[in-house]
Amino acid sequence: MLDATQSAIAANRFGLGARPRELADIGSMPREWLRVQLQGAAPLLSGAQLEDSAHTLARALELRHELREERQAPASPGTPPQLQRVAQLLRPVYVSEAGARFAQAVRSERPFLERLVQFWSNHFAVSVDKPLLAGLAGSFEREAIRPHVLGRFSELLLAVETHPAMLLYLDNHVSVGPHSSLAQRAGQRAGARRLGINENLAREILELHTLGVGGGYTQGDVTTFAEVLTGWSLGGGRGRLAAGEPGRFLFRAELHEPGAKLMRNTRYADGGFGQGVAVLNDLARAPATAHFLAGKLARHFVADEPPPALIARLAGAFTASEGDLATVYRTLIDAREAWEAGLAKYKTPNDFITSAYRGLGLPVEEGAAALAPFELLGQRTWQPGSPAGWPDRSADWDGASALLKRIEWADGIGARLGSRCDAQQLAPLLLGANLATPTRTAIAHAASAGQATTLLLAAPEFLRR
Amino acid sequence: MRHLRRRDFLQLTSLTAGAALLGTRLTLAAVSARRPRFVLILMRGALDGLAAVPPYGDRDYAALRGEVALHAPGAAGGALRLDDTFGLHPALGFLAESYQARELIVLHAVATPYRERSHFDGQDLLENGTVRPHALASGWLNRALGQLPPPLPRAAGVALGQNVPLIMRGSAAVTSWSPSRLGAPDEDTLARLTDLYAGDALLAGRLADGLSAATMMAGESPPAEAMASAAAMGPAGAAPQRAAQARYAQLVQAAAGFLREEEGPRVAVFDTSGWDTHANQGAAEGQLASRLRALDEGLALLKRALGPAWNDTAVLLVTEFGRTVAVNGTRGTDHGTASAAFLLGGAVAGGRVLADWPGLAPRALYQGRDLQPTLDLRAPFKGILAEHLGVSARALETEVFPDSAAARPLRGLLRA
Repeated sequence: MLDATQSAIAANRFGLGARPRELADIGSMPREWLRVQLQGAAPLLSGAQLEDSAHTLARALELRHELREERQAPASPGTPPQLQRVAQLLRPVYVSEAGARFAQAVRSERPFLERLVQFWSNHFAVSVDKPLLAGLAGSFEREAIRPHVLGRFSELLLAVETHPAMLLYLDNHVSVGPHSSLAQRAGQRAGARRLGINENLAREILELHTLGVGGGYTQGDVTTFAEVLTGWSLGGGRGRLAAGEPGRFLFRAELHEPGAKLMRNTRYADGGFGQGVAVLNDLARAPATAHFLAGKLARHFVADEPPPALIARLAGAFTASEGDLATVYRTLIDAREAWEAGLAKYKTPNDFITSAYRGLGLPVEEGAAALAPFELLGQRTWQPGSPAGWPDRSADWDGASALLKRIEWADGIGARLGSRCDAQQLAPLLLGANLATPTRTAIAHAASAGQATTLLLAAPEFLRR
Repeated sequence: MRHLRRRDFLQLTSLTAGAALLGTRLTLAAVSARRPRFVLILMRGALDGLAAVPPYGDRDYAALRGEVALHAPGAAGGALRLDDTFGLHPALGFLAESYQARELIVLHAVATPYRERSHFDGQDLLENGTVRPHALASGWLNRALGQLPPPLPRAAGVALGQNVPLIMRGSAAVTSWSPSRLGAPDEDTLARLTDLYAGDALLAGRLADGLSAATMMAGESPPAEAMASAAAMGPAGAAPQRAAQARYAQLVQAAAGFLREEEGPRVAVFDTSGWDTHANQGAAEGQLASRLRALDEGLALLKRALGPAWNDTAVLLVTEFGRTVAVNGTRGTDHGTASAAFLLGGAVAGGRVLADWPGLAPRALYQGRDLQPTLDLRAPFKGILAEHLGVSARALETEVFPDSAAARPLRGLLRA
């Protein structure tokens, strides 16, 4: 296997797309280049405009409360003007966060690690089309995902499921156990609103975050788990519900369904918050989880239909290391299968845009302008529309009209750069041994420098990784 | 016929040599009384000068050019007559009218000093104004802007389009203007991508689907056989031509808007593409014809949009090099050397073809394949800059076109 192809795989498939000097830097040690990136803590993003999620959430909830008071309306969620005002408050937060994430991806010298952050962020997806999430998705990724991508899966899992963004997104903060003290009190009041369990978070943890569909749970387990998770809520609140810090995780015992629980043939003793932690730890240890996560990693980094042997090996490493993620990543790096096919994956719009900016050295624009390409090419940051996150197969992204849009966007880049970009020189630097003769020839014969850049970005070797 | 042309031509250059000093003073005086405007249009991709300005009267023309040869004036689809030797491509109706109205000079067998046939290097040299590609990071027109006699507007030039081309880069302040909407990729780019995807089943299929859907959306429902031949030619048809026309309309309206303003720029530049006709070039009709027609209509629109300012305007159209005399194996032409250029406008002393015509006999061809260049493009560049914009001779020889003693200014291009 030629080193030259491997360095292209390292930069473009494991990484976020080669920058002009990257293939040279990788040299003949692509695996080492990747391993080195796993050393040291994951870089945390910071900046004046990047707020604590608690702070953002507190502001949003405060505004919502004010608006309710103003209208003197019953606290029914989602009256349009209220939504708009809150959305206006949170939009600048979304723009700053998405821009910061993109800028980090473009400049990072540890692109493998950045890709892993994006992978886990997508695995534990939230979507900003739900109210309040526009202001939280970015801080969620920074606070719950980034610090844990090199640690243990169980820690990552706990950080995610206790983050206000996830609790809000999957409505767990208002999930009330039928025998909880709050429910008892409410049941005694005539005409009180019926409070109840919301199964959303429990289901998605089982189906999407850990075991996976068919990973060994029943509907009964979902309901039981939802009871376990009652009380996993937020601080703040008014009147009798005021407690804890606004916008931060708070275990609200009064919402919690008391008692021991039987789930997946395991008995969990009555233990408030600790009961849920125990369930999560068991889920993190489950072989089905190892297998499910291994499959997703292999699909993301190797091929749409990854070799079963690879999945098994990754799952084995996961289990043997008790969920040590860095061990799993190293197993992936060492896997023969990961280095066999040159251009196995079709780039998502996010991949395509990021690799274009990295490869061409484009400056990331200020403010909302930076997000325009994602809008145009159909992958708005943190807006997958469902907790399943963005899909990860060619067929999900390789549509005809999507391709035309990429070509149009590439053409705009070429026109904008004109003769400032030397695509003929860049093509081998970015694509390495993946650069095929037809593309090399087409670029060399382009009618203008701008057209050459368009052809580079729209080339089959650049549309894939 | 060739000899007549050459004698006329030599007379023109000898006029300038003798009257240089006097000419400069007169020029400055003339310039200060008017507000001269200059538009330069870069035709990227190597325009086939022998197709745009067919030398139908050259006895070797028809045989050598084979299926891309145009018929003589008078025949159906024939050239539009300029004189006994030269015609214009039948799609260039407005240019033909301009010639009759003495508002067009056609230059032929012209080239920069560049001889290597690479688009990138050729365009770079065309724009940098020296004898080597990548010799300078600035363009000759920007350097000329820095030498314009006062009074000057704040930004003497405007670059229209999504980037400032090299020809307008440098220390002189230049405004830029970009169309508000991203244009669609041009037909030529889509054709090249279609070729590039030929070995990739997924991408080939997707691109074809996408383009046929786009064509349908644009109101075309071509019958099956037309679609088949269109597919063979690459994506061509009315929809792309409308896109080209729309683009020209945007650019010329913007150019006219800038140039008509009292304190606006004197010089506007934009570029056009799609001239690199390696395959299925066509003759009186076809790919090149459609593009020439859209360009011709754009120029007519520019004249209308400029209004009275047209009388003080000169528009120069140039390309980096020409194309082979003979047709290649894919019914098109490959990169060549000499090509044609056009100088159009109310300020132009038009109605002439300026060509020291070398002919198309085998011995006369450059490297046995291309039209031989007999005039360095820097000669008319200098003539225009001196007589139309008042740039001094000294500045032309030192700042604007260093190392250009070999290219003597071509004078008498503009009306006095």
